[in-house]
Amino acid sequence: MKKYSLYILLPAFIVISILAMVNEIRKGHTLYHEEWAHAGVVAHSPEEYPAVFDFDPLAGLQTNAGEIHLPPPPLQKETWPCSQCHDKDTSNPERRVLSAAHEEIVLKHDEEHRWCLDCHDFADRDKLHLASGEKVSFEESYRLCGQCHGPTYRDWRLGIHGRRTGYWNGSKSYLLCVHCHSPHEPKFKPLTPLPPPLRPEFLRGQDSAKETQ
Amino acid sequence: MSDLNNRNLKPAAADSEPGMPRRDFLKAAAGTLATLALSGCTKEAIEAFLQKHFQELSPEELKTVVARLERECQEKQGVKVSISTKAAAPGVLFGAGLDLSRCIGCRRCVYGCVKENNLSRNHQIQWIRVLEQEKAKGVNLEDANPYYDPKEVPREGYFYIPVSCQHCRRPPCVKVCPVKATWSEPDGIVVVDYNWCIGCRCCMSACPYGARHFNWGTPSVPSKHLNPRMHYFGNRPRPRGVVEKCTFCIQRTREGRYPACVEACPVGARKFGNLLDRKSEIRQIMERKRVFVLKAELNTQPTFYYFYSL
Repeated sequence: MKKYSLYILLPAFIVISILAMVNEIRKGHTLYHEEWAHAGVVAHSPEEYPAVFDFDPLAGLQTNAGEIHLPPPPLQKETWPCSQCHDKDTSNPERRVLSAAHEEIVLKHDEEHRWCLDCHDFADRDKLHLASGEKVSFEESYRLCGQCHGPTYRDWRLGIHGRRTGYWNGSKSYLLCVHCHSPHEPKFKPLTPLPPPLRPEFLRGQDSAKETQ
Repeated sequence: MSDLNNRNLKPAAADSEPGMPRRDFLKAAAGTLATLALSGCTKEAIEAFLQKHFQELSPEELKTVVARLERECQEKQGVKVSISTKAAAPGVLFGAGLDLSRCIGCRRCVYGCVKENNLSRNHQIQWIRVLEQEKAKGVNLEDANPYYDPKEVPREGYFYIPVSCQHCRRPPCVKVCPVKATWSEPDGIVVVDYNWCIGCRCCMSACPYGARHFNWGTPSVPSKHLNPRMHYFGNRPRPRGVVEKCTFCIQRTREGRYPACVEACPVGARKFGNLLDRKSEIRQIMERKRVFVLKAELNTQPTFYYFYSL
């Protein structure tokens, strides 16, 4: 009787140990990456995020060498040109909290020392002005930013700062400072990351499964 | 029965001809060819099987090979594709830069790369891996986490290192390849000939950056999303059982364009250019910023430079 019970107990013990081991391997990642144990279980492809890749990096570019292309500034159609309202206004150059219009603009850009008319020109509302008083258009707003952010301005002109698209040995497209940094609140906004890669233990794709059948 | 036993007992020295007689060899060869023909092997399959090493192909042979590959892809995917074999331009050595102060770990480059290079969607292959690191620990690849998945990046107290092929000037992966299916091109791109690779994966174990990936299954890319502009060493369809890796988007960069990851990066952390051109962006970075390479102590001499702009 004792001998026969061994025939059952021993295989059962082996099977249970193997199952436990497999389970340990499958769940192993939870030990190391407890926080993201749920991540990397499903394979994702770029087609699920059309909005992210919905731009043409060669737009407006020719293959001629050396040319630099700057896209137009991101001015909003509802408020541009500024002179459409500001011309009629009885203008007030006093520093104040805005209440009649533009209340939605929150200035988080050295707001203790500056306000609207330190960058926007008072006389010509469709222009900006440098510290010297020289007027610059919105297309050249990088000159205004460069007054304070000298090293970054230099890096941007050399291609170290900011995204460039197009041809590494030909014409390229830069972005203006304001395309990525809101001038009123310039800190780069956090993004939602695209999903993590598949963990190796879930790597068995449909294709390879089909083929082994 | 006794006859058979007798024959077996004959000593080997008694055999008058030591090697295979020519007649037998010819018979065997003819038989093999006949078997190949009968087994349903098409002329194309035999041609593919007998294809020479890429560097031994004459221009005419290369043309027929490319035409065959284009035809195969068109039959399989139903999309008209063009496979370029454009060679490296003289006076060009590609280099990439990555600004660790800017990278926020959003993985746009990873998926941009998948899209451009026709990487297999299912089983999944990604040439770029973004590692999350604690700021307090510094660059320490052993302690990095590629599976981070928060609502928003960057996370407080962490920084991010995207790692892909470093395009070493002394690539250990090339050194170990037993069939010379991978080599360094004159412009610094380390390429794989998918038709010559035997899938032994020696290069994968030799690579200190984990940059090489193996096709365990047949790569699957939906025809609708296939990028039809291909290069022989780049994003053309791979067969099952070969190794693949980042090629600096060879089909783009040989035409003068930026790689897909550079154009996908929303923070402009990725840089690319010619290391031999003093005015190129990558050289400007080396002049003005402090650059470093991963695992410099291995003396692999990568052309992929990490730097801090802040």
